[in-house]
Amino acid sequence: MSALVIRDLRKRFGTTDVLKGIDLDIDSGDFTVLVGPSGCGKSTLLNIIAGLETATSGEIEIGGRVVTAVPPKDRDIAMVFQTYALYPSMTVRQNITFGMECRNVPKAQQAEALERVAKLLQIEPLLARKPAQLSGGQRQRVAMGRALVRDPKLFLFDEPLSNLDAKLRVEMRMEIKQLHARIGASIVYVTHDQIEAMTMATRIAVMNQGEVQQFADPDTVYNRPANLFVARFMGAPPMNTIPATLEGEGDRPVVVIGAGEHVVRLPAPPSIGREWLGKSVIVGIRPECIAEPTRLFGSSTAAGLTITAPVEMTEPTGAETIVVLRLGGQKVLGRVAPDIRLANGALATFAVDTRKLCLFDPQTERLIA
Amino acid sequence: MSVSTLGTPSATRLSPAILAGLKRLPEWLVIWVPLLLSAGHVVVFTAWTTWISFTPSTLVPVDGWVGLRNYTSVLGTRNWKIAFDNLLLFGFGFVVLTALVGLLLAILIDQRIRGENVLRSIFLYPMAVSFVVTGTVWSWLLNPGMGVQKLVNDMGWTSFRFDWLVDRDMAIWTIVIAGIWQSSGFAMALFLAGLRSVEADLIKAAQIDGAGPFRMYTRVILPTLWPIVVAVMVILLQFAIRTFDLVRALTGGGPGIATQLPALVIYDFMFQRGHLGRGSAAAVMMLLTLLGVLLPYGAWKYYMRRRAANA
Repeated sequence: MSALVIRDLRKRFGTTDVLKGIDLDIDSGDFTVLVGPSGCGKSTLLNIIAGLETATSGEIEIGGRVVTAVPPKDRDIAMVFQTYALYPSMTVRQNITFGMECRNVPKAQQAEALERVAKLLQIEPLLARKPAQLSGGQRQRVAMGRALVRDPKLFLFDEPLSNLDAKLRVEMRMEIKQLHARIGASIVYVTHDQIEAMTMATRIAVMNQGEVQQFADPDTVYNRPANLFVARFMGAPPMNTIPATLEGEGDRPVVVIGAGEHVVRLPAPPSIGREWLGKSVIVGIRPECIAEPTRLFGSSTAAGLTITAPVEMTEPTGAETIVVLRLGGQKVLGRVAPDIRLANGALATFAVDTRKLCLFDPQTERLIA
Repeated sequence: MSVSTLGTPSATRLSPAILAGLKRLPEWLVIWVPLLLSAGHVVVFTAWTTWISFTPSTLVPVDGWVGLRNYTSVLGTRNWKIAFDNLLLFGFGFVVLTALVGLLLAILIDQRIRGENVLRSIFLYPMAVSFVVTGTVWSWLLNPGMGVQKLVNDMGWTSFRFDWLVDRDMAIWTIVIAGIWQSSGFAMALFLAGLRSVEADLIKAAQIDGAGPFRMYTRVILPTLWPIVVAVMVILLQFAIRTFDLVRALTGGGPGIATQLPALVIYDFMFQRGHLGRGSAAAVMMLLTLLGVLLPYGAWKYYMRRRAANA
């Protein structure tokens, strides 16, 4: 069953189109992450789902019921905010039960729900405190408690981890993921952080300029980006996108990058249409597909294709070394083992994983193979 | 300054400090004059008044010591008793009602209405008018023979009576009305700033929790506003305590002495009856009343800041 269906949703502020026809169908139990750069309309979309803003046109269905004209409190949703939005004058206990109080839930039932959630989030010792007396992580927990206590059809998270420091963010990320696995709730989670999207989501909707660029599971979004925007937005460092031409050598199409002395030839994905032969394309290659020559990709036991390219710069991160190299005259990032030291300006040999090459149409910027 | 001492270690060690001091010299010169003048005005004249209150001064200040005699005689007058009772009534009515009206205006203006800027200016304008003008205009409006009562009577409702201005028991409320008219815009501006600074997410969260407008204000928005409420109340209260010109222009303390306030009593003693000693004693007592409001507020602010710093 669908937890949330959005049909042709549009939002306009004055003359600016913030959302240009969003269509999404989110399955029950899915952890859907809306990800995109700031200003892409993801927070507006979330507010419209919550009923805090109204759409210019379009339809929203939550749990099989059309809620386009239903006020937020009757949509059977719960929301966690970036700023936590805890009521400062209330204790943690009152913060969590305030919603039930507004809905006139009997006291005994309130206490029961409070106890269940407090135990789940391990916030029992904090119940009598005020938000000002809590740390960032604790406030985040209480904010989640306030959402969980409602047991809604849909949870909405609006960049809930952005205000936490890096270490706490990683911890809370895992915790939210575990929580989702345990209670199996339907979640729509907004973030600008593509790592959060990759690590937590079961489905990712990548948004840009008011449109959903791609809506798929994390593997597909990462390995088969629907267009150049997705390719460049997901992954850190992002996918290399290099202008190239497609040439036919016998029956095997070949991607040719650069010309003359530094020309690099890579076997094209077999799925590429014959009509692209002889035309220019953009080739997408993930940095981890360019590695030291001894690296074996996938399950192959023999050394694969290698290329020779000048090294421009290296950035050791500890776990690996990022290499900036020139490929057919283009600046390209590769990731080699941490113990490998390469001299700037020298020529070096790299192994290339050609199984995951992506090809894009330079005009429409769409994935073609 | 000689530069030939560059070689000696003591000179090189001292010169940066001296240079820094010289650089700051103009700042010190500039700030000290107004600082001394204003501090002198406040401290010297307060001390002077306090001293006079212990002397037998009448028309002119004289030396001497009469102890608390001026105080006891001021406290014994009916004038002062009425003034103080009036202050309690006026202070309470003025502060509470002005804050309530200001809050109501702020909440109404906060509903994203059209013409907000115009309305805000209109409500704030009385604040720019001097109390004397307010008092005079309201004395016309409330005068039964030429103001509201006459207007309504002339329109045909001849039995209509609105004569609080000349009613001994109700006259003090006319001052409250004029005071509210003058100051509620100021309270509104502060409350509006407070309402506008309430976090948007907080209101969204309450909407999702299902709080109606009443619960939204009483449980979520107003509790975050109470530091502003306290500040507004304290400012209004010190307005109330030192009220002089408003009463002077509106009722002149009358009918009879029904609307006397401490500041009027001081004026009366000092300049009408020519008794500087008693007037000063009354002034000192008024200062003590003001301190009774401001010191606890200062202490409370200090405590809150300490608590915020420790949290």
